[in-house]
Formats: sequence, structure tokens, C-alpha cells
Amino acid sequence: MKRIGKYLTAFIAAAFLFLPAADVSAASPANGPESPAKEKENSIDIKSMLFGHIGDSYEWHITKIGAKDIIIPLPVIVRSSTGWHCFLSSKLEDGPYKGLYCAEGGKYDGKIVEKDASGNEIRPFDISITKNVAGLMINAAIVIFLILGCSRWYRKHDVLKEAPGGLAGIIEPVVTFINDDVIKGSIPGEHSAKYAPYLLTVFFFILVNNLMGIIPVFPGGANTTGNIAVTLVLALCTFVAVNFFANRHYWKDIFWPEVPWWLKVPVPLIPVTELLGIFTKPFALMIRLFANIMAGHAVILSFVSIIFITVKMGPAINGTMTFISVFFGIFMDFLELLVAFIQAYVFTMLSAVFIGLAHEGENKKTKGNGISQEAESPVIDNQ
Amino acid sequence: MPDSGLLFWMLVIFIIVLAVLAKWGFPVITSMVDKRRKYIDESLGLAKKADEKMANLLKEQARIIGEAREEQNKILKEASEAKNNIIRQAQEQARDEAAKIVAEAKTRIEAEKESALSQIRSQVALLSVNVAEKVIRENLSSDARQQELIKKMVEESLKIEDNTVN
Repeated sequence: MKRIGKYLTAFIAAAFLFLPAADVSAASPANGPESPAKEKENSIDIKSMLFGHIGDSYEWHITKIGAKDIIIPLPVIVRSSTGWHCFLSSKLEDGPYKGLYCAEGGKYDGKIVEKDASGNEIRPFDISITKNVAGLMINAAIVIFLILGCSRWYRKHDVLKEAPGGLAGIIEPVVTFINDDVIKGSIPGEHSAKYAPYLLTVFFFILVNNLMGIIPVFPGGANTTGNIAVTLVLALCTFVAVNFFANRHYWKDIFWPEVPWWLKVPVPLIPVTELLGIFTKPFALMIRLFANIMAGHAVILSFVSIIFITVKMGPAINGTMTFISVFFGIFMDFLELLVAFIQAYVFTMLSAVFIGLAHEGENKKTKGNGISQEAESPVIDNQ
Repeated sequence: MPDSGLLFWMLVIFIIVLAVLAKWGFPVITSMVDKRRKYIDESLGLAKKADEKMANLLKEQARIIGEAREEQNKILKEASEAKNNIIRQAQEQARDEAAKIVAEAKTRIEAEKESALSQIRSQVALLSVNVAEKVIRENLSSDARQQELIKKMVEESLKIEDNTVN
């Protein structure tokens, strides 16, 4: 009890220490250009701020110093009714450019739209380099740099005479861990080598994107893996990897599983469920990664927002809440580090398991069960 | 809804990353790691074998030393036996030789004795013949004279015999 009391006093004292700083930081949104109704303005600000950070945008907003936004403009590539257009996003700031403008509200909120003959907003074919695309490119470059840096070491050094150092020393244990524990553990025999590059790429791609998403400033901060389009592509790749190279046994298990006949003959209950499962598995992968990362970002942003929301409640509460939100923000950031790794690991592991299921039963037919189990045991020994 | 532009770019970026890493990245790393693992396994196997060999060598060494020691003991034993044998044989031989010499000497003595006796015998016969001759030739008158004469003759004949024997 004494201890808790001690912590509590320290906590409150620290909270009061933060007071002046919190007051200053709280002053900026209040000083904003439009503030007719504080309460309303605050809540709208928070919402748009939240979605602005989590969502995508045509420019890369870094920060705001005074009234000046610091923005990296990104190229917009659009095929509208008047043909292909390619220009920097900064041109959109002063009203429509070549009939194109950012929609405000409505169905296409925040997206580039144009007006058709009847005055309705329609969406042109849009492959702009948005913030998320730019983030993906940066992260992809980081992944390629890391892995090629590692493989370069192996090209230049004799692996039998030297222990890997530097970049290779960091990357190699992770590669070995994923390759031996996850991939070889899930995919039987000779198939594991075929799928290892894909699964390792997925792992490092997701991991780097997750970690870069936690960093709040450029070049991090793009919410890539927290965007469903990104996870959709990843899940689609796993879907292709699982179903396009599956063996007969896998398809037989789906359409004619080994269950009592009445579960599949008059009404194909189990086959229909299994068939749905083909799609729900990658769908779950997609949603899991997307939801975890997006939720993590949303929670951290919410904690930061608390500081600004509580400004109007007076310095005491605001100061305390500032301390709490900073404390929980730090906590959440550490948690996010963990989640970044776990989600990359889980995505890779489940992909490996699904791919493994698509190749199950091959050894059983040719070599017998005992041998296939034996083939797996060296992997366990190596651990 | 996922944005089509982002979808497109993500697909492009991911496929490029996958292609680059699958070609030049991961296979190199995994194959090298496997290579090293194999090498380590082999080295461990070799070390184990060397250990076993070493143990075998030690055993062999102990065995050889034991055998040598046994051999040594055997040889020593044999040598001492041989020595004893030789001594015994020599003794036996010497004894035999001595016995033979003694026997030879005995037979020679016997023979000498025999020949001496036969000579004596013939001498005595000769003497007796001579004595008888003399007795017969001379006319003996008295016993005393006869005794003296016989004595004289025996002495003569003894002298003669002595000369002939020697």
C-alpha cells in the first residue's frame, strides 16, 4: 500500500510538472483560424486528424509550424475524361486543376474527382503516387536493401570460414528462424524450398512496413499495412500460392472430404463449407493484419488526442491527462513494436500452414506416414 | 473499400520486391546457411569419428602394451627354462661322459688285469715247465738241497717274469 501511495504522489507530481508544457501545446489548436464553437471544433478536428493520419492522402503532410503546413507534394497520375494527367499534388491546393479537384464530403471524400456532363462527381482512373504508395516504395527499398545487403555479404565472404557480421549478422538469424521454424515446420519436404522466398519476402515486407508505420515522421508514418488494399494484395498472393499449386489431395479434401456420407450427398454441406474456407482463410489474413495495425495506430493517435481534447477542462486535468496519455502512448508504442513483429510472424506462419495443407498427403501416398514424420524431425532437432 | 490506385501500386511494388528477393536475396542466404549447417554437421561428425578413433587407438595401445608385457614374461620364462634345461643337459652329459670314462677305464683295467693275469699264468706255466725241466735234469739228493734249489729257481723265474712283464 505504501508503495502504491509513493508511486501515486510521484505520478501526480510529475503530472503537475507537465502542466506548463501542456498548456502551451494546448494553445495551438485553440488559436486556429476558425474556432466558433470550441467543443464542436475539437471533436471534428480529432476525427479528421485521426482519419487523416490513418488514411491515405495525395501529399505527405509532415507537420504544421505556426500556420504553415510542411508538406511533401507527391505526383498525381490520373486518367480522366480528357486523357492522362500527371502533376504534383501541390497544384490541387489552389482549386481545380484541369477539371480535377479533391472532393470534400460525399462518396469520394478526399479523393480526386472530376465533374461529368450532368455535374455529378465521378472518379477518374487514379494511380497517383499517394502517401501510402510512396511509403510502400520507401519500405520496399528498405527491404530490398536489407536483404540484398545480407546476400551480398554471402557472395563476398566464404561462409565456411567467417561468421556473418554487420547487416548479415542481423538478418541471417531472422531468416533462419523463419525458414527453419515456420516454413520448414509447416510445408512438407521438398516444397518448403520452393515457397521459402515468397514467405520470407512476405515476412520482411510486413515487418518493415509495420515498423516504419510506427515511426511518426517522414520517411515513416505511412499507414501501409493498416490499409486494406495492401493487406488485400498480400492475402491475394497467399491465396494464389495456396490454391494454384495445390495437389489433388487438397481438392479431394474440399469436394469429397472424409466425413459421413450424409454430410455431403443430398446437401453438400461440408464441401460448401470447405469451399467457403478457401476464401475465408486469406480473407481472415487480410482483415487480421489490417485491423491490428490500424487499431494500434488509432489507439496511439487517440492517446495523443486526449492532450488536446482535455485542454478546455482546465490546467489540472489537462496536465494529468497529458501525463497519462504520454505514459500510455509510450506503452502503446512498445506494444506496437511487439504487434509489428507478431503480425508479420502470424501472417507468414498462417500462409505457410495453408500452403502446407495444400501439399499434405503427398508423402503419405509415396513413402508412407512414418517417413514423412521422420523427414520433419530434423527440423525440430535443428532448433 | 480498398483504393484501386493503391491496390495497383501495391501489387506492382510487392511483385517487384518478391521477384528481386526471390532471385538475388533469400535463396543465396538460405543456401549459404544450409551449406554452413551441413559443414558444421560434417565437422561434428568428423570430430566424433576422430574421438572414436582416438579411443580405439588408446585401447589398441593398451592392448599392444599388455601383449608386449605378456610376451616379455613368456620370453623371460622360456629363457629361464632354457637356461635350466641347458644346465641340466650339461650336467647330464657330464655325468654320462664321466660314467663312460669310468666304465672305459674299468674295462681297460679289467683288460690289463686280464692280460697281466694271462701273462702271469703263461709265465708260471713256463716257470713250472722250466722248474720241472731243471728238476728232472738235475739229480736231486736231499730235501734241503731240493728246497734250496727250488727257491733259487723260483727266484730266477720270478726275475725272468719281472723282466718279461715289465
